[in-house]
Amino acid sequence: MKFTKLLTGAALAVGLATGAYADDQEKTKVGFVFVGPVGDGGWTYEHNQARLAVEEKFGDKVETVYVESVAEGPDSERVMTQMALDGADLIFTTSFGYMDPTINVAKKFPNVKFEHATGYKQAENVSTYSARFYEGRAIQGHIAGKMTKSNIVGYIGSYPIPEVIRGINSAFIHARKVNPDVQFKIVWAYTWFDPAKEADAAKVLIEQGADVVLQHTDSTAPQAAAQEAGNVITFGQASDMSQYAPLPRVSSIIDDWAPYYIARTQAVMDGTWTSGNTWDGIGAGMVGIGEISDAVPADVKAEALALKDSLADGSYHAFTGPLNKQDGSVFLAEGETADDGTLAGMNFYVEGIEGDIPL
Amino acid sequence: MDLSAINPILFVAGFFVAATPLIFAAIGELVVERTGVLNLGVEGMMIIGAICGFAVAVETGSPLLGFGAAAIGGAVLSLLFAFLTQVMLANQVASGLALTLFGLGFSALLGQSYVGVKPPRMADMNFGPLAEIPVIGPVFLSHDIIVYLGLALVACVWAVLKFTRAGLVLRAVGENHDAAHALGFKVKRIRTLAIMFGGACAGVGGAYISLIRVPQWTEGMTAGVGWIALALVVFASWKPFRLLLGAYLFGGLVQLQLNLQGAGVAIPVEYLAMSPYVITIVVLVFLSRSKSAAPGSLGRIFHASS
Repeated sequence: MKFTKLLTGAALAVGLATGAYADDQEKTKVGFVFVGPVGDGGWTYEHNQARLAVEEKFGDKVETVYVESVAEGPDSERVMTQMALDGADLIFTTSFGYMDPTINVAKKFPNVKFEHATGYKQAENVSTYSARFYEGRAIQGHIAGKMTKSNIVGYIGSYPIPEVIRGINSAFIHARKVNPDVQFKIVWAYTWFDPAKEADAAKVLIEQGADVVLQHTDSTAPQAAAQEAGNVITFGQASDMSQYAPLPRVSSIIDDWAPYYIARTQAVMDGTWTSGNTWDGIGAGMVGIGEISDAVPADVKAEALALKDSLADGSYHAFTGPLNKQDGSVFLAEGETADDGTLAGMNFYVEGIEGDIPL
Repeated sequence: MDLSAINPILFVAGFFVAATPLIFAAIGELVVERTGVLNLGVEGMMIIGAICGFAVAVETGSPLLGFGAAAIGGAVLSLLFAFLTQVMLANQVASGLALTLFGLGFSALLGQSYVGVKPPRMADMNFGPLAEIPVIGPVFLSHDIIVYLGLALVACVWAVLKFTRAGLVLRAVGENHDAAHALGFKVKRIRTLAIMFGGACAGVGGAYISLIRVPQWTEGMTAGVGWIALALVVFASWKPFRLLLGAYLFGGLVQLQLNLQGAGVAIPVEYLAMSPYVITIVVLVFLSRSKSAAPGSLGRIFHASS
């Protein structure tokens, strides 16, 4: 599989190299590196929607290029290098695993601006950006805790990285808050996108008693598996996945990157781009909560919406003490909220989650 | 740790579903390789089968017609490979890789209007009272017809290769195409037919993923199963029943890994994740000691005048 991806990447890179070269002097060229196919219906789909929004906004003044299904690691470095050589002014690298490659390539092209999603390494010409998905996870956790009958919530993780662990913790905290008996079963798929494996993971969780399945992988396969099984609820991940509403999908986290991509492209055009770290949540609109379907009881829906509003206006933080870490040590004291540094590097479960984070 | 969370019956039943795409793709490739042709385009033919089967099943409402279309789609795509390697005498490795890349891209194009569509459901076989037998019923007799077809196909391929004249000719072509040619066998025709058979099988395997296992259409959804099928053929040292064993092993390990995680067992999943490949490498090491396992003409181009 690596090999095909490598070849696809190489073939596409060559395609880009020989592509239209003509009038790119006036145009701002924006490159996008995607980890999955643009038709995944989830994560990459939303990034591509935002790319299209950039094209629509700026019309002839901008040219966008993208390469999809780029493997994380050295392969992505080659794709980025090729994009930079082809005259890209701004490159968005949209997966955590592109972090070091982005930094490496950025060193070689000081005049090209880079934007890396969900990472934590910045440079003079590398910004990072992410969305506070954990705010959405809090709402999912609340609904999950209220609606589970078996008290087992299944969670399909991709890789054990802070972004995913944060989501698990946030969902767990809010599920436990409304249902002290709830347990999380966590399965790591070690992939962002592999529909067959994601479906298998969902099936295994359901077989082991889960009647709520949360996913942090990119395809809609777990939704399909849950639908097949029946009596299981799920949440759209990264994209609305409304084709699976009203059941199994009862709500969703929607990533809306368009305003950010447009703003950053504008900044490059104006010459005002500076390196920074953007981390926006529900309040700023970067995280959207998909419509809560009628399968959710009205009172639970109202509570979920109230929780959403309090997260949006900042009156409530998803990580508010008192909270303990899994080992029982104090994480946050009464009323204390987690700072962004702790959240960005989160590598522990909160108290109550069983199992260990794989290394 | 709570191993009781794993339901052994559902767990073993899951083996069959996980292994079926592998069985189809690998048994087709096994026949192709036994005729001396190495077709690395399995992944491409699978994904074309996945979308052809999906599209036809959705349009007609019949999953069985979908599987038929998947077989045709895979076979048609494999004709491209047959043309390149048997008529144009192109390099088989490069042609096979090209087939995979082409298949992945072309399927994405075909599938654009099918993203998010739900396919008609394939009914499980009805074994009547037999399905009520404890343990055996749910494990062996609760699947769809394709699972059983896959098992029957493996048995058929084994019998044909071992006992029939056609099988003997097929193997002769694979072992030494010059000798087979000298005896008057149509090497290219036999190989082309084998390649089409391989394409059809890969297509059905792909459709099993898009119609039953997942079931939905997503770009690139075969996600490397074709490559595992290629490894599986080598693992099985070109023997059908070993292939069956290998398919359950490879498919079962994925299930086992996910099940253990769900039950909270703390063994690092990486070991299980990599084990199919480690096993393949070990088998390869053993095979390299006895040179007889691989078909003699595997991957070599046949030209009648040479």
